[in-house]
Amino acid sequence: MTMESDNLITQEFNLNMGPYHPSTHGVFRAVLTLDGEVIVRQKNVLGYLHRGMEKIAESKTYNQFIPYTARLDYLASALNNMGYVQTVEKLAAIEVPERAEHLRVIVAELQRIASHLLMVGSTANDMGAMTAIVYYMTLREKVLDLLEMITGARLTNNYMRIGGVIDDLPDEFYDKFKELRKFLPERLDMVNTLIVGNEIFASRLKGIGVITAEMALDYGVTGPNLRAAGVDFDLRKKDPCSVYDRFDFEVPVLKNGDAFDRFLIRGLEMRQSLRIVEQAVEALPEGPIMAKVPRQLKPPAGEVFHKIEGARGVLAFHLVSDGGPKPYRLHIHGPSFVNIEIMPAISPGLMLQDFLAAFATIDVDMGEVDR
Amino acid sequence: MDFFVWLFELLAGNSTIKIIFVGLVYFACIAAFVTVLVIFLIWMERRVAASFQERIGPNKYGPQGLMQPVYDAVKMVAKGIITPKNVDKPVYNFAPMLIFVATLLVFAALPYGKGSLTVVNLNVGILYIIAVSSITTIALLMAGWGSNNKYTLIGGMRTIAMVISYEIPLAFSFLGIIMLAGSMNMTDIINAQQDVWFVFLQPLAFILFMISMMAELNRSPFDLPEAESELVAGYITEYPAMKFGLFYLAEFANVFSMSAIAVTVFFGGWQGPFLPSWLWFLIKTFLMVYVIMWIRWTLPRMRVDKMMKLNWQVLIPLSILNIFLTGIGIKLYQYFGGTGGA
Repeated sequence: MTMESDNLITQEFNLNMGPYHPSTHGVFRAVLTLDGEVIVRQKNVLGYLHRGMEKIAESKTYNQFIPYTARLDYLASALNNMGYVQTVEKLAAIEVPERAEHLRVIVAELQRIASHLLMVGSTANDMGAMTAIVYYMTLREKVLDLLEMITGARLTNNYMRIGGVIDDLPDEFYDKFKELRKFLPERLDMVNTLIVGNEIFASRLKGIGVITAEMALDYGVTGPNLRAAGVDFDLRKKDPCSVYDRFDFEVPVLKNGDAFDRFLIRGLEMRQSLRIVEQAVEALPEGPIMAKVPRQLKPPAGEVFHKIEGARGVLAFHLVSDGGPKPYRLHIHGPSFVNIEIMPAISPGLMLQDFLAAFATIDVDMGEVDR
Repeated sequence: MDFFVWLFELLAGNSTIKIIFVGLVYFACIAAFVTVLVIFLIWMERRVAASFQERIGPNKYGPQGLMQPVYDAVKMVAKGIITPKNVDKPVYNFAPMLIFVATLLVFAALPYGKGSLTVVNLNVGILYIIAVSSITTIALLMAGWGSNNKYTLIGGMRTIAMVISYEIPLAFSFLGIIMLAGSMNMTDIINAQQDVWFVFLQPLAFILFMISMMAELNRSPFDLPEAESELVAGYITEYPAMKFGLFYLAEFANVFSMSAIAVTVFFGGWQGPFLPSWLWFLIKTFLMVYVIMWIRWTLPRMRVDKMMKLNWQVLIPLSILNIFLTGIGIKLYQYFGGTGGA
């Protein structure tokens, strides 16, 4: 196909970006139609990481499937665990002890911080700021240390159980957490002076890949991307699960919806998440960490839909039970899968470099997209 | 011993063979110097990057990890040399050689020290260096085009756009210096800086030179041609083993030669008290290399269009203004009784 601009005849060409590409964050494949370096069209090709999670769920008992949920969005595994166990609890009408609820919130918010840190780090790396990512990773390391201390694993932790959590906070946690409380805001401020205040970095992100509020709602975009577009929607406030309604925190909302705002909002959310963890640690009540749940869990026949605010948006589970020990059907609604669908709408007209900025700031996790 | 006697007689007798022989020895010396230098520079780059990034860097093999790049080089030489199926073979294979030769040619004309340490004292030294360093552009385009890969092609296109346009402010920033020194000879330029370094007389030219130098070197914030997060590895994506090694070698060697030029033109070259001249040259050059690495590990990558805009709308007008101001300055200086300038 040729097109004529002035007197120069140029030819469009297709570029397969991915599935193996350093900046597609996993196995995302984007088929780009380029005119020079400007994108004319873009198509998503998904499914390279499909593992059939929903089908696997049908052959596992309710408890056996918990570790699999950590592999959905492996960068925010605790949040996936939480969404799943709460769905089963809702179906089986299990009351979770207070202490366990607080522990869940602590782990989930630490996980959210870790996930956002990876996003800002990898975005900085994609923009060529190779020192900034290491600074973010040093910080993420400290968060992961805490998670490891509580859950025993750094990445795919398996901490939550149907009816509670597996273990209590270790004694060393309190000191380590005090360190993080001081270190996290300091470090975020420091990296902000390094890259966010940098003219080159800001010009790479400002006005790139704009998702307006209307567009975001049309495409069903949720999470920080929606809030960066100016819509005040956070399930932790709107429909609080667990004990989120007891904590005092703000939901940061920005208005431009461009890559720069999507980058900034992660930093703001991390600070709020830290506030929640602080309050949860202080308000930690005494008591058991596990409810009395039968070994062979057989929820009554019926179906239930449950949604929580994941690190990337609304994470929902739809569970159907036939009264047996295994789910009859489990449907997983991953926010990344919905968010990635906006890429073909925002990428035409962008340069190749800007495409990466837009894609990195939407922050998708391919494990969650393909399931 | 017979061999050496024969060689000596041969050299004493025939002047053409002698010239070729001396040339070969000289070439071997420079190639060896560059290789050792690059091995040191790679180590330095990794340690400097590590110190900026809260890491330690290579520290296991040899004192302070100095042997690490040597092991890496041995590994690279030992790897299989593959030629991908659909490449344009002559272009693809010639590109690494060309870039290496072009890099070495710059090294021939550098003023390493006083007197005979400046081995080739060309009377058009700066012109020669600008001309020769432009050859690397052709090699990069050949690599980008010959590899028959879309990523390398985009990398090659970006290189051409960037390096050619940034060569203009780079060359223009030298013009003020040439006007002040009244010569293009590197040694003359150094001698003209006996009283005051040109960086103080030509601060604008120095800033312009620094920016366009970063672009010429393809280093961050201008590392667009090999932007790994966008173009995998840019024009070197399809090169294996030592073919890749030659590109890598050329990149680091260019960092050194550009720093050496900066030192020669703006910081008085090998001049300095007490220490021998070659040591002053090395100290100043390595400080300059450190600054280049510092910039690389601090700044993010620029956008392609912003990069071109910066060049054509800011750097080139400023460099022309600089030439104009220098001319006025020299005339005023001569009018009030000073001597000097062209």
